[in-house]
Amino acid sequence: MDTMFAETPLVRVKRRRESLARGVFFCMSVAMILPLVAIVTYLVVKAWPTLSWNFLVDIPREGMREGGIWPALVGTIYLVFISLAVAAPLGILAAIYLSEYARDNWFNRIINLAVINLAGVPSIVHALFGLGAFVYAAKFGYSIISASLTLAIMTLPVIIASTREALASVPQSFREACWNVGATRWQTIRSIVLPNSVSGILTGVILQVSRAAGETAPIMFTGAVFYKAVERGTLLPYYLDEQCMALSMHLYTISTQVPGVEESLPYATAVVLLGAVLLVNASAIALRVVLRSRKKW
Amino acid sequence: MDTQPIPERAPVVRPRRSPWAVRGEWLLELIIRFCGISAVLFVLAIFFFVFREAFPVLGREGFSLTQFLFSSEWYPTSATHVRYGTWALTVGSFSVTALAMIIAVPFGLGAAIFVSEFCGPRLREVLKIVIELLAAIPSVVWGFIGLTVMSKLIVDLTGAPVGVNLLNGGLILALMSVPIIVSIGEDALKAVPDSYREAGLALGATRWQLVYRVLLPAAKNGLLAAVLLGVGRAVGETMAVLMATGHAVHIPLGVLDSVRTLTANIAAELGEAPAGSDHYRVLFLTGVLLFSITFVVNLTADLVIRGIRRK
Repeated sequence: MDTMFAETPLVRVKRRRESLARGVFFCMSVAMILPLVAIVTYLVVKAWPTLSWNFLVDIPREGMREGGIWPALVGTIYLVFISLAVAAPLGILAAIYLSEYARDNWFNRIINLAVINLAGVPSIVHALFGLGAFVYAAKFGYSIISASLTLAIMTLPVIIASTREALASVPQSFREACWNVGATRWQTIRSIVLPNSVSGILTGVILQVSRAAGETAPIMFTGAVFYKAVERGTLLPYYLDEQCMALSMHLYTISTQVPGVEESLPYATAVVLLGAVLLVNASAIALRVVLRSRKKW
Repeated sequence: MDTQPIPERAPVVRPRRSPWAVRGEWLLELIIRFCGISAVLFVLAIFFFVFREAFPVLGREGFSLTQFLFSSEWYPTSATHVRYGTWALTVGSFSVTALAMIIAVPFGLGAAIFVSEFCGPRLREVLKIVIELLAAIPSVVWGFIGLTVMSKLIVDLTGAPVGVNLLNGGLILALMSVPIIVSIGEDALKAVPDSYREAGLALGATRWQLVYRVLLPAAKNGLLAAVLLGVGRAVGETMAVLMATGHAVHIPLGVLDSVRTLTANIAAELGEAPAGSDHYRVLFLTGVLLFSITFVVNLTADLVIRGIRRK
């Protein structure tokens, strides 16, 4: 009776193919991750001689060939927070409309399509738009305002998408219960839907921050500048109608435009930018994991 | 007969909201509606403002749209022989994108299949987090990696005279678009009902047979959409190709030629073109061209995804 469960040649072939497929797909996944790990390690090793507290708070010296990145760091913080102040309310309200008010008709399908397209517009086209609309038409000039508004429109889809996801994860029965005791649509949203989705919305906002901090093309022609003289360690060096330096732009400048830069300087700038973006993203992920473990329904 | 007086009813007191609360709510809903349509307004505004800057050049003498689209002569600053032909740039954009997709599509779809079908829940969580972090790396950092690490590797391994070329840009773009392909492809595979898997396994199929015979045909639209979104990202990418592909405006003959793309061309020349000049307006026209290309790609991806939902 033993032969009943013995492998036939066909089963053996099947099993071999199975493990081959598993191995190939596993290697493909690893091939995607391995270069990342190798590259990040390489960047950190190259940047090590320069990375220090002094590098963060010092200003660029000797025509940006030495020194630190303080003005660029502060400029990026300016741009990120002003764009956040515009994009967060707009995006959250838009997501509330799409998720809570909109019915499935042609008009709202167009809105959906517009959100998808807004996410797909190349960053350099956003830059052209910012230049045409904010710098020239609205007469804001090359300024922090123009650059932040351009960034805000560019990152709007990030907030809309993740807020919608957060709102959609609140069970429909919660809303129905609230409507049944006589609450209006807005009262339901305010007292039931938003409190139950606030962490998800926060995740979206954090992702917007990381996206805005890393973008270069949209701010290149609307408000970011190669160099601006700023005192070492000043907390609020820029006015909103001035141009500013930005970390991403600074990395582009010192790695392509300035000859004779000390070798580890661009590596250190890249590591700071990469580290900041990954840290922000990691915190969004951590928030989501905590949220998921706490979910009651 | 005396009539009994009708007993007076106590007036019903219903709690009422103050008129201000009602009006406030009406106003707030109006604002929400307005924000809802803002995305449409922004897309229209982007097209309008970019086109408005480009428009005057269309009627200019010596400028023809066919030359703009199909001539490969790009001499914007020449004193005597000014030509605005973007064909070489378009070919540059598409060759970099095609090379990136040749590398990224098999790896992206393979990783999506692994994440969705072959690995355990713990490993899946880890891989998804890594993919998300990979997608978050700013394009200027990718460009910097192309300029330094990748170009050195290419020079060492192939003996090419310069490391910033089509191959470099393609590799960088592939690394950048893999995360999108993986995450959307994984969504598409997850959307296939579990009953399909159960039916396949009940018939004695191995996982690989299940993937090959059941899941890939069932999820093919979603996977196609994933590839299209990857293409959209690669065509529109600016900083990475600006830094990694070199700067020669010509039609590439091999993967070690340097090329320039539509996006990189705008980024490289907009700073030098005086506002209002023909050169400046032609760059905006290139923007309109790019906007149209990505619009079509995204629209197709959306239609493909919508096709799945309807089923």
